[in-house]
Amino acid sequence: MRRIVVCIKRVVDANVKVRVKPDGSGVDLANVKMAMNPFCEIALEEALRLREAGKAEEVVAVTVGPDEARDTLRTALAMGADRALRVDAPTDTEPLAVARILKAVVLEEDANLVFLGKQAVDDDNNQTGQMLAALLGWGQATFASKIEIGDSEATVTREVDSGLEVVRLPLPAVITADLRLNEPRYITLPSIMKAKRKPMEEKDAESYGVETEPRLKLLRVDPPAERTAGVKVGSIGELVQALKSAGAI
Amino acid sequence: MTTLLVAENDNGSLSGQTARALSAAQALSAEIHVLVAGRNVAAVAEQAARLAGVAKVLVADAPALIDGLAEPLADLIVSLADGYTSIVAPATTSGKNLMPRVAALLDVMQISDVMEVLDQKTFRRPIYAGNAIATVESGDPIRVITVRTASFPAAGEGGAAPIEPVTFEGASTLSAFVSAETQDADRPDLSAARVVVSGGRAFGSKEKFDELLVPLAAKLVAAIGASRAAVDAGFAANDLQVGQTGRIVAPELYIACGISGAIQHLAGIKDAKVIVAINTDPEAPIFDIADYGLVGDIFELLPELEETL
Repeated sequence: MRRIVVCIKRVVDANVKVRVKPDGSGVDLANVKMAMNPFCEIALEEALRLREAGKAEEVVAVTVGPDEARDTLRTALAMGADRALRVDAPTDTEPLAVARILKAVVLEEDANLVFLGKQAVDDDNNQTGQMLAALLGWGQATFASKIEIGDSEATVTREVDSGLEVVRLPLPAVITADLRLNEPRYITLPSIMKAKRKPMEEKDAESYGVETEPRLKLLRVDPPAERTAGVKVGSIGELVQALKSAGAI
Repeated sequence: MTTLLVAENDNGSLSGQTARALSAAQALSAEIHVLVAGRNVAAVAEQAARLAGVAKVLVADAPALIDGLAEPLADLIVSLADGYTSIVAPATTSGKNLMPRVAALLDVMQISDVMEVLDQKTFRRPIYAGNAIATVESGDPIRVITVRTASFPAAGEGGAAPIEPVTFEGASTLSAFVSAETQDADRPDLSAARVVVSGGRAFGSKEKFDELLVPLAAKLVAAIGASRAAVDAGFAANDLQVGQTGRIVAPELYIACGISGAIQHLAGIKDAKVIVAINTDPEAPIFDIADYGLVGDIFELLPELEETL
C-alpha cells in the first residue's frame, strides 16, 4: 500500500477539566493546555505500525485547524509521520465541513486508507470519519479495536455495544480508532529534533472550494447540573435500606 | 412536520433504546414514522407498531440489510428522506456509526447525543464529556439527530400503527459482516444497563476484581465497569472502562467500589441517577458527588452487600 492519510485534531488536553465561561458563550480556553486528541493519537500510532510492518510506504498527517494546530502536526511528525499538511480553518469548523475538506485532501493524496479517531474529546460529535466515508463513497469501519490489512482489503474488529463485531472492507476505506486499538508510543527527544526537518505544507480551506460557515448555531454553553455530596451511611444494612426507600433497588 | 425514527433491531427483536428515542422524536413532531430495516423483520415491525405515538411503520426487508451495515442502511434512509423534517436514531454504537453517513449524504450537520429537545430545531447536548452542555440551533432543512437515550423515558405501548413495506434493492459492496462476539450475553451492556457496579485500583488483582464484582453484578442484574486505574493495572478489559475516554454511562444506580474518583472517571458517571461510593478513604473525591457514601473496606463490605441483597 502506498499511503495512509491520518486525520488529526488539536483539542484541550483530555486531563484538563474545562470551565464554562460565566457569560455562557463557550468554554474558557485561555491558558488551557492543548494536545492531540487521544483517539487521533491512537489512529496515528496504528498507521505508523503498519508502515513499520512494511504494509504501507508513507503516512501523511493532516489537520484542519488554526495556526496553533502546527504544534499538533509537529507532534505527529515526532511520533513518526513522514510529512504533514495543515488546512487553515477556524477551530470550531464543523465535522461536515472538515469531512468535505478531507475528501479533497484524500483524493489529492491518492490515499489507500484513511485513519481518524472515533471522536474528538472537545465537541464529542463522533461524525467526521463516517461523513468522510460517505462523501468519498467508501466503506467505513468505526470504533476499531483491531485492524488487519491484506492486499486489497482490511479486516477490522469493531467495539460495539453488544461486544465485538468483525467486518471486512475492500480498500480504499475509512477506519476510525477506538481506545483499545493500541497504546501510542512516547516521543523521544531525537525524534522531536528529526521532526523539525520533516515537511509541513499549509493550505487554506478556500483552495479546496469548501465553505466553512457553520450549519449549527451555538446559542449558549452551560455547566452541567452539579451533583452534590449526599449522605454517609454507617453500614451495608443502612445502605440497602436507603437504596430501597429511594427506589434504586 | 414528520419524523423518521430508525429502529434499532437484531432482525429478531426491537431494542429498548428505540422506545426511548421515540420519546425524543415526540418532542420534534406530532407525526412519527418508524423504519424497521433488516431481514425477516416482521416480528420487529409488529413490536414497533405497538409503540404508543407511532403513525406508521415502514419495513425494509432485504438481504443487504441483514447485518445492519451503515453503508446500505444509509442509502436506504436517504432514499426515504424526502418529506421528513427530522431523522432520528438512538446514540448507540449502531446509531453513531450510521447517522453521520446519512447526514453527509443529505449535506446536513448532524446533532449528536441530544439530551433535550427545546424546539424543532434547538437542542441541548453534552460536550467535553459532559463537563459542559451546549445549546445548538440547526439551520438545516432536515435535522439528523442521535439521541442520548439515558436522558429520555421509554415511550409506552398500546399503539396499533399500520405497517407498510418499502423496497430496497441496494447492495452491500462497500463492507461485509464477518462475525460477532457477544460478551457475557446474560450480563447487561454497560451503556444500557439499569445498574452498574464498578471497581477501581483498590481490588489489587484481576482475581479479586472478578471474585467480588461478578456475584454482586449477577445479584443486581448489573453491568460491570472499571476505573481507568483498574484497566491500566490489568484487572479489567479496556471495554469496561468508564470515564471520559471510555464509556459514558447513565444508569439508575451506579455503585463505585474502591474508586477514588479521578476527574476523568467522574465525567463518565455524572448522569447516573443514584451514585453509591464505597471506599476506605473518607477524603476520596468520589464522596463529593455520591448520593450515598460508605467508608470501609471493599473486601469485607462487598460480600456483605451481596448477601444482604
